[in-house]
Amino acid sequence: MSTHPTTPAQTVGPYLHIGLPWPDGPYAVAEGAPGAVWIRGTVYDGAGEPVTDALVETWQADPQGRFDHPDDPRGARSHPGFRAFGRCPTGADGGYGILTLKPGTVPGPHGDQAPHIDVSLFARGMLHRVVTRLYFPEEEAANAADPVLNSIGDPDARATLVAGAAPDGYRFDIRIQGDGETVFFDV
Amino acid sequence: MPTAPDAASAPSGLYVPGYVRDHDTHPPLDHPGYRSTALRHPRRPPTLLPHTLTEITAPVLGEDRVGEHDHDLTRGHDGEPQGQRIIVHGQVRDSGGAAVPHTLVEVWQANAAGRYRHTGDNWPAPLDPHFTGVGRAMTDAEGRYRFVTVRPGAYPWRNHRNAWRPAHIHFSLFGRAFTQRLVTQMYFPDDPLFFQDPMWNSVPDPRARERMLARYDHDATRPEWALAYRWDIVLRGREQTPFESDEEILEDDE
Ligand SMILES: [Fe+2]
Repeated sequence: MSTHPTTPAQTVGPYLHIGLPWPDGPYAVAEGAPGAVWIRGTVYDGAGEPVTDALVETWQADPQGRFDHPDDPRGARSHPGFRAFGRCPTGADGGYGILTLKPGTVPGPHGDQAPHIDVSLFARGMLHRVVTRLYFPEEEAANAADPVLNSIGDPDARATLVAGAAPDGYRFDIRIQGDGETVFFDV
Repeated sequence: MPTAPDAASAPSGLYVPGYVRDHDTHPPLDHPGYRSTALRHPRRPPTLLPHTLTEITAPVLGEDRVGEHDHDLTRGHDGEPQGQRIIVHGQVRDSGGAAVPHTLVEVWQANAAGRYRHTGDNWPAPLDPHFTGVGRAMTDAEGRYRFVTVRPGAYPWRNHRNAWRPAHIHFSLFGRAFTQRLVTQMYFPDDPLFFQDPMWNSVPDPRARERMLARYDHDATRPEWALAYRWDIVLRGREQTPFESDEEILEDDE
């Protein structure tokens, strides 16, 4: 097999809004769909200031833990009306919001994983994306058994990956640097 | 590298081969030459995430995301934009050499004068009423993409004294897996501004920098209409399973 070296990443820069947001980006599922929840949060920099030129993307399983993708060995399965992918730029307050369905349990190499959403963050001033995961606060037992969460030794760090409850969904702030710094993954 | 667990230790496990990790290619998040990285890089080292189903899958986006003329940035206005018309094309492959077909490629760029159509861009260069600077295309069955646009101009920014960005086009790619997601910039050959550009120089390996560089492609030009550049993009490929690796060794011995 020939191995071709990969293309380097570069920052989205300050003008990402020209190319990346989609009108339907924040809606992984339509408004009013049964079970739809908002995931909202603010992105903060190392000075605690909101980051107003970032883009948040989410990718996840459907409520049955399935993916509409040919590489899932269980078979691709679509969940009608559900895109499983969300994309939202941050606003003038550093906030973002994505309307989605709560994912189901997803099998991992060593048993089940707790319901989770993979999150990518792009921004001016970030030469490459960073990746984190969102877990759900009501899933205490599943979270306690989750191998990825358990690979993080510091409980305060681990807690940065568990969303807060909100009236219409969940709250998931992302702190890029400093106090309460979100756990990011080498993906 | 992920290893397959034996069945006894993981009765309910579902192991899937992951994607190669390509840290050597990418810029560090903390790059003092690019001042905005100072407050925007994590201090804690990243936690290793094994590749599970969530990481080896990605949205399968259909042709409905792309309009018929979205690959042509010179259309959609009442007239033609100012500047040098160019064709930018290439192939998207993975590091194993396989084409990445039917994947969304999104681009955005400054106009020929180096000005972005964005409220945050106020430097004294003209906007072009006939240029927005955004394009989209799906790769074909062989992973090929093609855009028609105008060559973007260089533009100043406030990173350091008399700082100018080399001409570039911003690219965003999905690939077929979450691990393959890539946002980057395409540069033009022989740009005199690389020496002072912290973005270009943030990539530690000079050979990796060259992989952000398009090459002039005379064969792809259209006579009396447009010049052409070719830029191939390589996304991360799949880890070989142990079985496939054994096969490779046998093939290599032949
Ligand atoms: Fe730019």
